[in-house]
Amino acid sequence: MRKTLGLAALAAVLFCGAANAQQINVKIGVLSDMSSLYADIGGPGSVAAAKMAIADFTKDHPNVKVEMISGDHQNKPDIGTQIANQWYDVDKVDMIIDVPNSGVALAVSQVANNKNKVFIVSGAAASDLTGPKCNANTVHWTYDTWMLANGTGTAIVKTGGDTWFFLTSDYAFGHALERDTMAAVEKAGGKVLGKVRHPLNTNDFSSFLLQAQSSKAKVIGLANAGGDTINSIKQAAEFGIVKGGQSLAGLLVFASDVAALGLPTAQGLVLTETWYWDANDANRAWTKRWHEAGAAAGKFPTMIHAGVYAGITHYLKARLAMGPGEHDGKSVVAKMKSISTDDPLFGKGEVRADGRVIHPAYLFEVKKPSESKYPGDFYKLRATIPANEAFRPLNEGKCPLVSG
Amino acid sequence: MERVVAPLAKKPSALRTQSETIGFVVMAAVLVVAPFVTYPLFLMQAMCFALFACAFNLLIGYVGLLSFGHALYFGWASYLSAHAAKVWGLPPELAILTGTATAAVFGLIAGSLAIRRQGIYFAMVTLALAQMMYFVALQMKFTGGEDGIQAVPRGHLFGLIDLRNEMAMYAVVLVIFLGGFLFIYRIIHSPFGEVLKAIRENETRAISLGYKTDRYKLVAFVLSTTLAGLAGSTKAIVLQLASLTDVNWPMSGEVVLMTLVGGLGTIFGPVAGAFVILVMQFKLAPIGEWVLVIQGVIFVACVLLFRRGIIGELANMLRIRL
Amino acid sequence: MIEIFGIPSQALFGQLLIGLINGSFYALLSLGLAVIFGMLNIINFSHGAQYMMGAFAAYLILQYSGLGYWPALIIAPIIVGITGVIVERLFLQWLYKLDHLYGLLLTFGLALIFEGVARNYFGSAGLPYTVPESLQGGRNLGFMFLPNYRAWVIVASLTICIGTWFIIERTRLGAYLRAATENPTLVRAFGINVPRMITLTYGFGVALAAFAGVMAAPIYNVSPQMGSELIIVVFAVVVIGGMGSILGAIITGFGLGVIEGLTKVFFPEASNTVIFVIMAIVLLVRPAGLFGRRT
Repeated sequence: MRKTLGLAALAAVLFCGAANAQQINVKIGVLSDMSSLYADIGGPGSVAAAKMAIADFTKDHPNVKVEMISGDHQNKPDIGTQIANQWYDVDKVDMIIDVPNSGVALAVSQVANNKNKVFIVSGAAASDLTGPKCNANTVHWTYDTWMLANGTGTAIVKTGGDTWFFLTSDYAFGHALERDTMAAVEKAGGKVLGKVRHPLNTNDFSSFLLQAQSSKAKVIGLANAGGDTINSIKQAAEFGIVKGGQSLAGLLVFASDVAALGLPTAQGLVLTETWYWDANDANRAWTKRWHEAGAAAGKFPTMIHAGVYAGITHYLKARLAMGPGEHDGKSVVAKMKSISTDDPLFGKGEVRADGRVIHPAYLFEVKKPSESKYPGDFYKLRATIPANEAFRPLNEGKCPLVSG
Repeated sequence: MERVVAPLAKKPSALRTQSETIGFVVMAAVLVVAPFVTYPLFLMQAMCFALFACAFNLLIGYVGLLSFGHALYFGWASYLSAHAAKVWGLPPELAILTGTATAAVFGLIAGSLAIRRQGIYFAMVTLALAQMMYFVALQMKFTGGEDGIQAVPRGHLFGLIDLRNEMAMYAVVLVIFLGGFLFIYRIIHSPFGEVLKAIRENETRAISLGYKTDRYKLVAFVLSTTLAGLAGSTKAIVLQLASLTDVNWPMSGEVVLMTLVGGLGTIFGPVAGAFVILVMQFKLAPIGEWVLVIQGVIFVACVLLFRRGIIGELANMLRIRL
Repeated sequence: MIEIFGIPSQALFGQLLIGLINGSFYALLSLGLAVIFGMLNIINFSHGAQYMMGAFAAYLILQYSGLGYWPALIIAPIIVGITGVIVERLFLQWLYKLDHLYGLLLTFGLALIFEGVARNYFGSAGLPYTVPESLQGGRNLGFMFLPNYRAWVIVASLTICIGTWFIIERTRLGAYLRAATENPTLVRAFGINVPRMITLTYGFGVALAAFAGVMAAPIYNVSPQMGSELIIVVFAVVVIGGMGSILGAIITGFGLGVIEGLTKVFFPEASNTVIFVIMAIVLLVRPAGLFGRRT
């Protein structure tokens, strides 16, 4: 019944479209965490970035008409699945983007596969999305745990930090981050002196930091995220860890976390990100427009927001190339993989066969308060990792789409 | 000490069970027609939560025991059901049975520990047990931790009916929901149910009349957890995933909210409450930032002003029992 | 790899001291809750949110008036305590005649509101707040490096805890309060303004939560969810200690801090769970808690 209606609608559209030659209709859904833990790194900022991407693209290509809706998955896979299903089935959304929170992202990826639509992940970190759980409808932008582990791990060992101690969040994400970083460190010639696992959402790290201190490792790797990372760093400052000569490696840190810590506490922290608002004039200009597009003043865009912008831009490029009419998810994604990516934010890269988007990554160090001239001036660049080194090699991912 | 549940209609009449029967027929009719009008997946999820809330209500509304950790049974049942369907390859009816059985076992263990205490201490014990099991779920490999168990197959019911067909799945969920609901109804309107209500009103007197109240409370507790488990197991198959959200304490809080909004101690209350809360969650999704605040406001408003809940107020106005 | 078992005694002392420090923080936090339940029979589920409000108040005081940590320690609890008084007058007073359950549900709802509003205005990542100049740094004790701030936490916490216990158990005001809870009608007949005492007591309990919040701001992440993460643990402390007993909450707080600290050394993954295991055991063996007066 739905299919007939769909065909009839298509016919109607084409008929009307005949007068409007090449009109391409696209509907995009921005699914993010608007109200809880990840609202700062994704959330309304992602919606603002999406609006900008759509406005920029349709300005140059007025025959593409894009409708956008947004929703809050509240970090619950149930709600995320429900919304994704409803959007794809009832609201005729073609593509869903963002989704911070790996659990929700994995669920939505399945839904996109079932319904043969498109899903672009910008917010979530699970490298499994382009690994064993990859599928032909999902594209993974911005970052993943492998890239973080490798970027930070290898780069730090190369600059002399060759003995490590891990403070790991005791659940799948933390373990994965620890495992990948350990591998990178040992491959680069470093040594892991020890590790300790702490429960998720631990408030007090003094006990664990004490253990890290007594290990005398040069680098303490923080294989955790969010509030846990912030607390570890805050308390590490208290215990004089950095003053005592050890350095902290934040394996998953966003600019918003640095803002939450404040520079006096976060200074010296080494981390990897793929986009920084203050890196060049183009990014700064983009940030200004991001604030005008509705993002909260006083906050700064994260790489996830940039990923939403870039992802939508590339998707629209692919849709433009395919012309009007309905196209199923797999074919659009295949088209996205065939065009190399080139956008003002991430530079040149490509979408690989496993859905992974590769672009350069950057090793940053948090500035000292004296070095920061204005709000948001957080990072100095330590190293650039070229695109083809930054992400896990294609053949190591165990993605069923590759080789087979 | 005041009773938890607001007093029922002043004039119990011969119509009272009739009103409940009519209510049931109306509800069933609406649910049969609904999938042609509203998105079926949403309705199925709502029915699972409605069953969960009904199971919870059995304990608080009719026995007077507030369980603050009911998510334990809901969540673990959904994990086992998901695991059974995905890893052990069981057909959906057996997967759901596995989950339900798990909840029953957990309920028996937890119940025998918790029943020894009353009131707020009972609630605290249930909360403590639920928190422990949350951390266990977080760490065990089979639950998939933060990612949860994904891509659970819908399977073929009895090896014949493909449940990927939304309507077939809907029919199954509807049967389970109505069945569970009727089962609860039967429990309440039975000699066993009368004893439960007596225990709620005045436990000492019930004991003095010779009833072994602990045993009754334990049976009620296990029935409640089993039905909660049934809801969780079904939900895992419908949404094809099981996650940590299902075992965490906000989920326990949500079921309390649903029952409170709908009406404690009424039989249709939890159903109404579940639908209202879920609709709110989805309608509010576009303006997500205020969800938490609105839920809080509803809690406060219900406690202060609408203690009887939606269905309770309705029943009170019409002077019938619902 | 460093093995956790067979940890040298030096390091063990360090962990014990840290456990004690954490315990003092738990005791401080659960004090307010114990006061409110012990005196008023209200289960204040919004305690975590009020703790969070204390930390946020400290941040806002710094932002808007430039006053730092020390003034905030006094001003923030007063401000948040006043909001507590408002809550009591507006909402709680209608619920005293009803089952405990409704108080719990109401304060639970209030906690959601406070957290939601904070999140909407401040985001969820957190706000920066640093250790005050005078307390920065630390001293090397030989077996560990003790930050000055942590030493201050023990001192402040002990002072407040003992002070509160003294006021309630050993002064006339405290006696009136305890009498008013047991038999409000009789105490009113003596001319004592019972409702006002109740309101002020609730405000005091809330102020204690806010005080703990200001103490936490320099070392824990100041975020809207900081309260909800701790509230369950704090409840466990109060329940184990005995819901009517101030002394119970204090001693249990310290004790649990030490036990948790030891668990972090020998079995770190379980350090979150151990408190609940103890709570379940205590409730089954001694339902009123270790020091509780009512059953």
